[in-house]
Amino acid sequence: MTNTHLKLDGLAKSYGNFIAVEEFSLDICEGEFIAIMGPSGCGKTTSLRMLAGLETADRGEITLAGKRIDQLPVWERETPMVWQSLALFPFMTVRENVEFGLQMRGVARAERRRRADDWLERLGISTYADRNVARLSGGQRQRVALARSLVLEPKVLLLDEPLSALDAHMAIKMQGELKKLQRELGITFVYVTHSHSEAFSLADRVVIMNLGKVEQIGSPQDIFLRPRSKFVAQFVGGISLLEGKVLGREDSKRFLNTRDGKVRLSHSCGLAEGAAAVLAVRADRISVTITPGWGENEIACTLVSEEFAGAVVNLHLETASGHSLVAQLQQRDLEQLDASIGARVYASWHSDDGFLLDRARQSLPGTKVRAA
Amino acid sequence: MPPHLKHALPIAFWVAGLALVFILLYAPILSAVLFSFSADRFPSLSMSGFSTQWYAQVLTDRAMLEALWNSLTVAGFTALIATALGFAAAYADYRFRFFGQKAVLALALLPPTVPLVILGLAMLAFFSRIGIAGTLAAVVAAHVVIAAPFAMAVCRLRLAQLDRTLETAAQNLGAPPHSALGRIVLPHTVPAILAAFLITFAVSFDEYVISWFTGGLNQTIPVAVLTTLQGQVDPTIHVIGTLSFTVTLTLVLIALAVVLRQSGGAMSKEETS
Repeated sequence: MTNTHLKLDGLAKSYGNFIAVEEFSLDICEGEFIAIMGPSGCGKTTSLRMLAGLETADRGEITLAGKRIDQLPVWERETPMVWQSLALFPFMTVRENVEFGLQMRGVARAERRRRADDWLERLGISTYADRNVARLSGGQRQRVALARSLVLEPKVLLLDEPLSALDAHMAIKMQGELKKLQRELGITFVYVTHSHSEAFSLADRVVIMNLGKVEQIGSPQDIFLRPRSKFVAQFVGGISLLEGKVLGREDSKRFLNTRDGKVRLSHSCGLAEGAAAVLAVRADRISVTITPGWGENEIACTLVSEEFAGAVVNLHLETASGHSLVAQLQQRDLEQLDASIGARVYASWHSDDGFLLDRARQSLPGTKVRAA
Repeated sequence: MPPHLKHALPIAFWVAGLALVFILLYAPILSAVLFSFSADRFPSLSMSGFSTQWYAQVLTDRAMLEALWNSLTVAGFTALIATALGFAAAYADYRFRFFGQKAVLALALLPPTVPLVILGLAMLAFFSRIGIAGTLAAVVAAHVVIAAPFAMAVCRLRLAQLDRTLETAAQNLGAPPHSALGRIVLPHTVPAILAAFLITFAVSFDEYVISWFTGGLNQTIPVAVLTTLQGQVDPTIHVIGTLSFTVTLTLVLIALAVVLRQSGGAMSKEETS
């Protein structure tokens, strides 16, 4: 991943008064796996459609391998797409579906068949080559959709929620296959999804969008551990936010004055005294005890509810000022805690585990998480 | 039988009712078929014998043969033009979303609801003004107006079953618009286009009022039949009725078979997917 291969520069798209994409810029390297994620209506699909030429951008440029493509019509873009509905041609056989793009490029019959059969073989569906696509299972149809695009040997493959039609088990299996395929081929994947697990487990970089704007671009770890805005923190989930004002230094330590008391900030924070700030702490870094005096930053809370999530349990807490916190505990630790709903507990964390959100992004509209 | 009908009227009642409807519908037609083979000059149930003489008379009647030829020509051209227009209109409605779409659709489907006498008279006035009244071309033009909505309706039904993404997907794979239309939309719509052709042919072949107003001396079969009837009761009418009925019925049955086969196929596809 060295050079910029696919460049989206200032793309924007409105429909009448509705702004679908306000501003979208992204430099994608060759062979990178990019996931674009966000709630419904955030502009992720519109961005992908602009890339494919299915929507004309109002502003902005798209460059692929040094060549400007945003003014090319759909059929000349070489950006095949795997559709949410798959959009397989229903009255054609599997092989005819895969050969379609090659035929449109004027590839001779024998060559077309050889290349299509190669891909059917590679994706393990050569047994069904002569079958009508309507008579395939979900996973097989998914593979036909992939083969149909990949047979064109594109530099970029676009995927629009490609696994949403599959059942959970099959979707996870296909996730693994997609990642493997992408690594082997070394081509760029641009993958739109509303699923955290798909985006985080597949992508090299994740783009989080909200209300037509990019909120954050970064590696899954970056976004998971260091969300920059309230929106991202809430969208990713499992993060407690505390608002307050930065206090002056005391013995080289810095503190944030919140409505629930003073909490210590990590050394890396560089905000001036008196600045408004939002402190974020991951749920798995918060400890919960029934007696005070265990941790460095401690806030008295009421245990509001428990949410069972497999090996771990999420505890929802409420501070005296009515603020919500979430803590993630192992089952074992919960048993030791022995607190019932409504009990008084103490939430604490190490100051190095707290981080301040990017100030420039704190006052963005739409910090409320909409249904994904 | 559905449970809610169980204690209602006995099934024999429904069967009898249905039979009565069919008898009332088809008895006059069957009587025409029957009398067309009668040896008598006047239709009566005490037929003196079986004969094909009236068929021989019709098939040698130059005026009737000319009318038949006119009808076939008019119906053929009408079906071609109406189907092309109907498909184009249905495709535009399927493919694009535009302001006033519902209004355009309503306007396109409107003509068959206008009383034929009014349509015929208005057409005659218009055609004589532009100087084509009394020609077969005028009859074709008028028939296209009433037939095209049927073609559009049939094509729309079929297109509604086609995922709109498919055409875009074809373009995304490198197909220019005309290829995407030809390779994806048309193959899917062919049965409907065929059905639309047959139905519009039948509509034109049977149509009397507009043909009478606009055709002038160029009589189509229905006009010729009515003209003959005004002069005398001629047993050849039964022959023409039988032949026309056979032609129309055949066309409609083929259209029906095509439409039923396509939707049957679509259904079995959905089951397996």
